Amino acid sequence: MELTTREVWTVLHGLVFGTVFLIAFAGGLAGLWSLRPGFLTTAGIRERMRRLYIGTWVMAVTAWVTVISGTWIVYPWYRAKLAASGGDDFAGCAGAALPSRSWSPRDFLLSDVSGTTHSWHEFGMEWKEHVAWASPFLATAVAFIVVYYGPRLVARPWLRAMVLVMFVAAFAAAAIGGAFGAFLNKVAPIV
Amino acid sequence: MAHHDEDRAHELVELDLEDRPDGPAAAAAFSAGFGIFVLGLLTMLSEVSVSLHDWLERWEFDQGVGPLAGKTTLAAIAWAVSWIVVAALLRKRDVNLKVWFLFSLVLGILGAIGTFPPIFLSFAPE
Repeated sequence: MELTTREVWTVLHGLVFGTVFLIAFAGGLAGLWSLRPGFLTTAGIRERMRRLYIGTWVMAVTAWVTVISGTWIVYPWYRAKLAASGGDDFAGCAGAALPSRSWSPRDFLLSDVSGTTHSWHEFGMEWKEHVAWASPFLATAVAFIVVYYGPRLVARPWLRAMVLVMFVAAFAAAAIGGAFGAFLNKVAPIV
Repeated sequence: MAHHDEDRAHELVELDLEDRPDGPAAAAAFSAGFGIFVLGLLTMLSEVSVSLHDWLERWEFDQGVGPLAGKTTLAAIAWAVSWIVVAALLRKRDVNLKVWFLFSLVLGILGAIGTFPPIFLSFAPE
C-alpha cells in the first residue's frame, strides 16, 4: 500500500476535506431548519446553538482549506502543459489510455486520444475550478451570522431564511466542485 | 429600532439577550454576493481581454495556477474588503434586510452565471 505525494493531496482535497464539509453541512442544515418559534425549549436552544457555532465554523474553515489546497496545490499538477512537441500541443499523448507524469490530465482530456474527453475539461473542470470559490465566501458569512445573532435567529424569519439560502448555496457550489472532481479523477487521475 | 425578539419567541426570554441590529448580517450577505460577482466578472473578462488574462496569470507567482490565481485572489480580496467597509458603515444600523438580501442574491446569481463555462467561454475569441 503506497500513495504518492500527489495522490495524498488529491485524497485530502477531495475526500477528507469534502467529507468533513458534508458532515458539517448536514448537521448545520438540520440545526438551522429547526430554529423556529415554538420548536425548541430554552435549554434546547442553548444546546443547539453550541453545535451550530462549531458546525458552521468547521464548514467555513473546511471550505477555505479545500479551495486553497485545490487551487494552489492540486490544480497546477492537473493543468501542466507537458505533451507539446513541435506544433502539436498534445503530441506526447499519442496512444495514451490514462494521464502520466509525461502528459497531464488536462493534456490527456483535451487530446481526445481515449474517446471524446475534451468536454470533461472544457465544461467540468472549467466550472468546478471557478464556482467552488463561492463556497467559502458564503460559508464564512453564514458562520459569522450564526455566531453574531445566535438564538435571535429563532425570532427573525428573514434573517433565518437568508442564512439558509446562503448555507445551501455554499453546499451547492462545493457539491459541483466535488462531483466533477470525483468524475475527473476517475477519467483522468492525477498521478 | 428594537427588534423585541423575546416577544416573537418567548423561549428567548430566559436568555436575556441584548438587541442586535440587522446591519452586520446585511454586510455579510452583501460581501458574499459581491465576492461571487467579482469572480464571475473576472472569469468573463479574462476571456474577452488577452491583456487582462495575462495580468491575472501574474498572480500565480510561478506556481502554475494560471489566470485562476488572479481571478480567485482578487475575488477573495473584493469579498474581504467589501465586508470590512460595509460592516463598518452598517455596524449599528438597522436596514431593510429583505432588500439587502435580494440585492446580494442577484449579485451572487450573476456571478455564478459568469462562472458557467457555456457563458464565459462564449466570450473567448474564435
